[in-house]
Amino acid sequence: MTAMQMTVDAEGIATLTMDLADRPMNVLNEALMTPLAGYIATIESDPAIKGVIITSAKKEFLAGADIDMVFGITDPKLAFDVAEQLKKMLRRLELCGRPVVAALNGTALGGGLEVALACHWRVAINDPKAKFGLPEVKLGLLPGGGGTQRLPRMIGIQASLPLMLEGKELSAEAAKQQGIINELATDKADLLAKAKSWCLANPKPVQPWDDKKFKWPGGDSRHPAVVQMLAIAPSMATAKSQGNYPAVTNIMSCIYEGGIVDFESGCRIESRYFANLVVSQVSKNMIGTLWFQLNSINKGKSRPEGIPKAKTTKVGILGAGMMGAGIAYVSAKVGIECVLLDSTIEAAERGKAYSAGLLDKAIKKGRETPAGKGVFLDRIKATTDYADLAGCDLVIEAVFEDRAIKADVTKKTEAVLGADVVFASNTSTLPITGLAKAHSKAENFIGLHFFSPVDKMPLVEIIMGEKTSKETLAKGFDYVQQIKKTPIVVNDSRGFYTSRSFATYVNEGLALLNEGQHPRAIEMAGLKAGMPVGPLALQDEVSMSLSLHVMEQTRKDYAEEGKTYAASASEPVVLKMVKELDRPGKKAGRGFYDYPEAGTKGEKKLWPGLAQAFPLATEQMSQQEMIDRMMFAQANEAARCFEEKVVLTVADTNIGSIFGWGFAPHQGGALQFINAYGVAKFVKRAEELAAKYGPRFKPAALLVKMAAEGKRFE
Amino acid sequence: MTEAYIFDAVRTPRGKGKKDGSLHEVTPVHLLGNLFNALETRNRLDTSQVDDVVIGCVTPVGEQGADIARTAVLYSNWAENVPGVTQSRFCASGLESVNLAAMKVMSGQEDLVVAGGVESMSRWPMGSDGGAWAMDPRINEQLGFAPQGIGADLIASLEGFSRQDVDAFAVRSQQLAAKAWAEQRFAKTVVPVRDLNGMIVLDHDETVRGSTTVEALAGLKASFEQMGQMGFDSTALRKYTTLEKINHVHHAGNSSGIVDGAALMLIGSQAKGKQLGLKPRARIRSVAVIGSEPTIMLTGIAPAAQKALKKAGMSVKDIDLFEINEAFAAVVMKAARALDIDMDKVNVNGGSIAMGHPLGATGCIILATLLDELERTNKQVGLASLCVGAGMGIATIIERI
Repeated sequence: MTAMQMTVDAEGIATLTMDLADRPMNVLNEALMTPLAGYIATIESDPAIKGVIITSAKKEFLAGADIDMVFGITDPKLAFDVAEQLKKMLRRLELCGRPVVAALNGTALGGGLEVALACHWRVAINDPKAKFGLPEVKLGLLPGGGGTQRLPRMIGIQASLPLMLEGKELSAEAAKQQGIINELATDKADLLAKAKSWCLANPKPVQPWDDKKFKWPGGDSRHPAVVQMLAIAPSMATAKSQGNYPAVTNIMSCIYEGGIVDFESGCRIESRYFANLVVSQVSKNMIGTLWFQLNSINKGKSRPEGIPKAKTTKVGILGAGMMGAGIAYVSAKVGIECVLLDSTIEAAERGKAYSAGLLDKAIKKGRETPAGKGVFLDRIKATTDYADLAGCDLVIEAVFEDRAIKADVTKKTEAVLGADVVFASNTSTLPITGLAKAHSKAENFIGLHFFSPVDKMPLVEIIMGEKTSKETLAKGFDYVQQIKKTPIVVNDSRGFYTSRSFATYVNEGLALLNEGQHPRAIEMAGLKAGMPVGPLALQDEVSMSLSLHVMEQTRKDYAEEGKTYAASASEPVVLKMVKELDRPGKKAGRGFYDYPEAGTKGEKKLWPGLAQAFPLATEQMSQQEMIDRMMFAQANEAARCFEEKVVLTVADTNIGSIFGWGFAPHQGGALQFINAYGVAKFVKRAEELAAKYGPRFKPAALLVKMAAEGKRFE
Repeated sequence: MTEAYIFDAVRTPRGKGKKDGSLHEVTPVHLLGNLFNALETRNRLDTSQVDDVVIGCVTPVGEQGADIARTAVLYSNWAENVPGVTQSRFCASGLESVNLAAMKVMSGQEDLVVAGGVESMSRWPMGSDGGAWAMDPRINEQLGFAPQGIGADLIASLEGFSRQDVDAFAVRSQQLAAKAWAEQRFAKTVVPVRDLNGMIVLDHDETVRGSTTVEALAGLKASFEQMGQMGFDSTALRKYTTLEKINHVHHAGNSSGIVDGAALMLIGSQAKGKQLGLKPRARIRSVAVIGSEPTIMLTGIAPAAQKALKKAGMSVKDIDLFEINEAFAAVVMKAARALDIDMDKVNVNGGSIAMGHPLGATGCIILATLLDELERTNKQVGLASLCVGAGMGIATIIERI
């Protein structure tokens, strides 16, 4: 069966319906483009056809380009040709002399929206779930189907820049407001009727850019107002991207240069920049990890097979602090009934109020209604009574990081629910196997490590204790997906995977400070490396007193286990900051930074006292040297975790690094960073760093082996 | 006085200066960037040793504005200490850059200078920068403003060049250019334009038509007749009082082509060349620039050439080859007549009528062409000259080492 059907009605209106076989969504691939090209030829040559409607038989209209195909291209000429081929086809369509209407029955993203933009009129069903946008930037690419040329000519340079630079996805209504969609319909019948009547009413439409009298909305790139805006656009963009994303630069180039030249030249310019991105390391990193690996995780690659999917209907949350309150929010959000328990009713209610606060914000932004808020909050029961846990099919504890307290709540829960209900601990540091000892059925005990703030962070690290069963893992995995987070599965180990690897970044920043590097230069290097926050600011967030607590705990545990404890490079700094200088971190208002008092406006500033506490060394390092240290420390630690089977798949390791602690997304994750650097090159550089800065940089044995065998992480 | 030497020269192919021209999709900064990179690689140049970069650009607005010389230096990742200046002497700008660079070196104040020019006429059309000469009525009137084409037709009328004479010259230009390309005579200097993927955008001069004939050209409509009749002719005739009527003979086929392109030349002292391992190809013997009557505008070549010859202590007979910019057919014919030179020595590989005239770059291009041809035919001395807007002329004499 061909992926596209054409029917022509009595009035000569041809309807092209996309329906790609064996795919949940239509994508622009050979199977779709070949029949489309054939139909365009038919339309061009058949005078009986008076108009064309393009629509889809699937729920979505067209999801975009075929990423598999794009990912496989390594020759820029091929990428250029692919883009040109698509554009030439769309060009023929818009110049066929008949009205062409996109009947958008659902989502049109990327190449899907580009097809629609090449039509003369766009009607969309006003379905709040349908999304419209050009999100290519999120995979390190740009719209290569003429999107960078048509959209600015349609809605103006200024309005189109953020849509492409941020890859914003709009609802049908918002897209109409922006002038991207022309008309809204109530349902499919209305959609097709509207599309048809537009065809009949506009027999000879001309695209604005093909009109001799065409004027750019808001002016072309020569217009003084646009010139002024273009002057600041790169600074605005790089303030966020740190120049790490060539797609951002290339998108701006397409739009800017497109505003100097004619439409056809603009299209070729777009193909050149597109080709440049397709073969770029950054897009390969991002597509490999944020598309293929993420999809494999979402499809349940790390979920044990043969266990039926379970839906959580009622979750008990122990501890209504930051984490517990956040877990309640994300659970209630997907309709799960929550019992939010704390030692006092005030604390429990405070936890519930957190959800109310978030809902109020959503109401302000028009994303929630007061009625919806009521229903939402009714799902959360704040309590101090363990008996209220009755009926829960999952319990998550988020109490203080103290073994005794955790053991206590575990036992109290078991007393009410029995031992068969899965019990999860949201610990970030304490080994699960140890905590499971408080439970009479350790196989039902698991770690669900959430990240703060829970409502924003996309990852949950699932930790397997020694005895945790497959069934328990499946239950945890399904719950994490139910609350729309991404699960990675790790084995029990100190700091698990994310906390342990993340710590190396902060550790390196503090080590640099201790060596007399300028604190601002350290922070800048972190940002330039692509990390969301500098290491010193991050340490302040985590709080140094907490770090000290963990260090002391670890030291104690090591002593008990008879292992030798080696102090990390950052330990003297933490000790000095907490014990000598009384600057424990952000919560106290003083750490590496001075923080404005809570409730007052103002910015954090590096504490001037750092100059005395950590005098500058005469030799100041290059930014690249600092960046290498920070990145190598993290990547090497991730590789060690992989080697030690703390984390089991490359996908989990990469996604965990980006979603868990914000490892530079343009690098495609901690292991992909090593791939892209070249494993052998990485090993060599790591050895150099080890010789200079200490054994923490010694490359993981696995990497040395891989380098020798010429292997990479697949 | 220090002598100034030419070490190397590079130029882009010239692309048709319209929206369907191949270089329309390339920014002027990138055109220069390609050449800066080529100059650096070809000469294994330590760019920090370059004292200055002088770039000619006649329409320095938009993306050619704000000192494109410095912009292109930084875009090309040359050493930060290399400055850049953009100047305009209209059509002579490319050669003006060379002459300024030579004079900088000769003065002893600078030792190594890059000279060149750029013009994306498709993206920033001639006249985009306005100018009081044409747009301020008081000045326009006082200077007797008329477009170049009127001046060219005026020259033809005064000299008695018929439509067939100028068309024959145009055909010659096309044929010589086509032959030169076929024999790869520009290979030493032409660097293909590549995009950021390294894909070639253009590797040949796009407007060459070796098969054109006088008969074919006869069909083209004179370009300046209508505007002449609207008033420019009478402005010209008020100055040229013995002429009754201007015979409008110039058209798109016998005038310089509107194209996009760029060129660069590396110029320095012998000592600097030695230090950096650069081989001098020619010495710049003398340079000259003059002003002439602005309405006819395009008669400055002969006086500029004479001035340069005098400075060099030479006569026309000492010159083995000439490159005279083919702004219009009549301009070159008139200059050859005024200097009494044999056409066999002039523009032997064709000129701007065939290959185009990217305003800011042409002067540098024709000097490079001259040097390549002197080397190819083992001749010694050459003179390059251009007529210049608002009545000026420029000339440069080079001698092979």
